Amino acid sequence: MDKSAIKYAFNKTLPVLFGYLFLGSACGLLLYEAGYNFIWVFFISVFVYAGSGQMLLASLLAVQAPFATVAILTLLLNSRHMFYGLSFIERFKKAGKMYPYMIFSLTDETYSMLCSTTLSKTVDDGKIIKAIALLDHCYWIVGCVAGALLGQLLSFNFAGVDFAMTALFVVIFVEQWKSFKSHIPVYAGIICSVLCILVFGADNFILPSLILTVGSLIALRGFIEHGNTKREAVKVCQ
Amino acid sequence: MSVTIYSIIAIAIAALCTFATRLVPFALFGGKKEVPQIVNYLGKVLPAAIIATLIIYCVRSVDFTSGYHGAAEISAILLTAVLHLWKSNTLISIGGGTIFYMFLIQCVFV
Repeated sequence: MDKSAIKYAFNKTLPVLFGYLFLGSACGLLLYEAGYNFIWVFFISVFVYAGSGQMLLASLLAVQAPFATVAILTLLLNSRHMFYGLSFIERFKKAGKMYPYMIFSLTDETYSMLCSTTLSKTVDDGKIIKAIALLDHCYWIVGCVAGALLGQLLSFNFAGVDFAMTALFVVIFVEQWKSFKSHIPVYAGIICSVLCILVFGADNFILPSLILTVGSLIALRGFIEHGNTKREAVKVCQ
Repeated sequence: MSVTIYSIIAIAIAALCTFATRLVPFALFGGKKEVPQIVNYLGKVLPAAIIATLIIYCVRSVDFTSGYHGAAEISAILLTAVLHLWKSNTLISIGGGTIFYMFLIQCVFV
């Protein structure tokens, strides 16, 4: 791989380096607390490679959740990734043989890095996107393994560190809240969750709740999209 | 089934399902087919609803009716949100919220 592409990508991905070292450590720590040492954590971060996905996996592994639950929750949690690829269908073809790897490594952070990387005049775009994807993956693996080692070596009281997962979701939530004009989807999610907790109990609510949410969002489509265009129209008038 | 075998299978499932979600748009629309409107619509509205559900999932076992009534969870979630609205820095928001929560459950609400 080309040196100038790596250098370019490294400078570009510095924020991800810090973010992944931190988030990765939290994730590695959670997996360690769930009973998985740094060797396990290494393989998990190489093959699963998903921030919130791995944190959820730690909580599922800790209670030996059924395989179907692991599959469905992972699919639903990562369902937002289905929409990331839409922006890169053409661009990833430049990666040549690494095309499948580009798809595999399309995390939230890599997605936002690639979105913000405009075509460079001096370095080949195909090389840059490969370098960004590879570097981000490396940061993530180092962060996760460091977290697991930290858990093993330090005799610090880590009780409550699992809140990192909640905090990550709160951060994503705030960003979603700011970017999308209609807040009806959020209310739909909350109402369906509370209803399903009351009906199915706290341990079994999530699947019925998500199905109910998808159903109600499809039913409310006209209403939500109408509300959005109306507000956009007002904005244009101002 | 031993814990090791269970873990390997569960990790493989998580890895495959994660890859599957990232593969979907390339598999479906790689051949330049139009993206159906309903898919575009769900792509816009679903993430916010799913994340709201996941936050509730994270606090599902907190007892809001007795004890400290979830005071540690509620205040740490609020702090995380306020930090993020203020600084928009993921590191500060998650770090601040988590350290505050650890402090609360280890030192205040014990």
